[in-house]
Amino acid sequence: MKAGTNLERVLEAGQFAVTAEIGPPKGGSAKVIASKGEMLAHAADAFNVTDNQTAVVRMCSLSACGILKQLGLDPVMQMLCRDKNRIGLQSDVLGAVALGIGNLLCLTGDHVKFGNHPSSKIVFDIDSVQLIAAVKMMRDEGLFISGEEIAGPTPMFIGAVENPYADPFEFRTTRLAKKVKAGADFIQTQAIFDVGKFARWMKEICDRGLDEQVHILAGIIPVKAVGMARYMRDYVSGVEIPDEMIQRLEGAKDVQEEGIQIILEIIEEVKLIPGVHGVHIQAVGWEKIVPEIVERAGLLPRPMM
Amino acid sequence: MKSITAQKPLDELLENLGKAKMLFVVGCGTCPTVLGTGGVEQVSSLAEELRKKGKQVKGSMVLPVACEPLPLDARREFISSVKGAEAVLVMSCAYGVRAVADYLEIPVLPALNTLFVGREVGPGVFVEECSQCGDCVLALTGGICPITMCAKSLFNGPCGGSVAGKCEINTEVPCGWQLIIDRLATLGRLSQLEEIIPFHNWSTSPAGGPRRYSIE
Ligand code: SF4
Ligand code: SF4
Repeated sequence: MKAGTNLERVLEAGQFAVTAEIGPPKGGSAKVIASKGEMLAHAADAFNVTDNQTAVVRMCSLSACGILKQLGLDPVMQMLCRDKNRIGLQSDVLGAVALGIGNLLCLTGDHVKFGNHPSSKIVFDIDSVQLIAAVKMMRDEGLFISGEEIAGPTPMFIGAVENPYADPFEFRTTRLAKKVKAGADFIQTQAIFDVGKFARWMKEICDRGLDEQVHILAGIIPVKAVGMARYMRDYVSGVEIPDEMIQRLEGAKDVQEEGIQIILEIIEEVKLIPGVHGVHIQAVGWEKIVPEIVERAGLLPRPMM
Repeated sequence: MKSITAQKPLDELLENLGKAKMLFVVGCGTCPTVLGTGGVEQVSSLAEELRKKGKQVKGSMVLPVACEPLPLDARREFISSVKGAEAVLVMSCAYGVRAVADYLEIPVLPALNTLFVGREVGPGVFVEECSQCGDCVLALTGGICPITMCAKSLFNGPCGGSVAGKCEINTEVPCGWQLIIDRLATLGRLSQLEEIIPFHNWSTSPAGGPRRYSIE
């Protein structure tokens, strides 16, 4: 065991894992996090807290993960390279260890241009691949990037994100291979809507033997409204939604129910794809739907590890 | 290579000038002349606009290369033509502003924004290709700079936002990592992408403090 977190134990036991995303508030209320955590506690194995997603200021992931940990949940702390240099990032990793947070998801981060402080200075001292490598070095060698020794252990189960639909074509499996080489233990993907395309990507991943070195969790975003689907298709980089899916939502009497149906079908299909070890449900701003989806997908109760 | 500049808004210039009424305008015969941001024409039209706003422009001069030290005679002549002005506006890059400020003991203000050092890649089209970081990694990236050409300065890009060769920040901006990959493909060196580029040393960049160089 690398960190012995619930997520790691579920995955290592060969169980189909479920993780869910919890969006922190645009304010300092611990209650908001705690109530979302309580609502989702039984429905997933671990809970991601985003880090100033889309470059909009929110409560920091470290604090929110600490609150979830106090409730007995297994948090996944998301960490971006956009806002902090290597000093700040490594310091946050130590802070996470102190709070008992054992899962870390290393990301690049959206450009500040998309957020609510577009004139701020971006950092990018190191990139996400280098961050993965740094955390692995902290854990396995007990060293900071500088080569200096860390006082005490840094047990971390290291995650990375991946977009199976991203360009450039020539690079789509190399990018994952590089993250695995750097030290990623698990991968949470961008939202899957086009299952066929995802399955082809997974096949290439398996052909390279990467599925044996890393746990891949397929990203799932429940769609609540036709407008949301269109918006994601047109404006969220890296999200591809097939036209038939949008037509299906447009033609539905109960759009919300149709959206859930679609998601349940996607979960059913990705479960059968070799190399997929779980799902990561990102119900941004609609967290309360997660237990229903997990239940109707036949993924309850969650294993007691 | 050119120092790329763009005119500042007139309102900002007026605000920076404050109460100064008697002005002198300086242009540069090199980059700003080529770019049309600080040549003879732009200097006289700025003087004109300032007059319309109630300022007095005592005179103007386009220095051949504003960033280079003027020979002693020319310097004396320049200083005497500026005499009586309360402030000088310089239509050149910040290096020209700095050089002119060295000659005078009145406020010397920039009339232009200094954008980047660019190479002309097509008629009148300039691209920034190097941010002068002091520790060049071009050998690892097919000769295309990831620090400058990637909007996030990623060393192990691309990020997930690269779509159809364009960067996530704007569909007009080429993704620097797509350029790197295309170039490595041409060179038959795509396998280079499998290597993790290590942590960059920023201590030689502006992050390490002001830089200076002297020829031994
Ligand atoms: S790596 Fe540094 S020196 Fe080399 S091109 Fe890029 S910014 Fe310039
Ligand atoms: S899309 Fe390309 S250029 Fe833009 S930030 Fe991502 S990797 Fe860099």
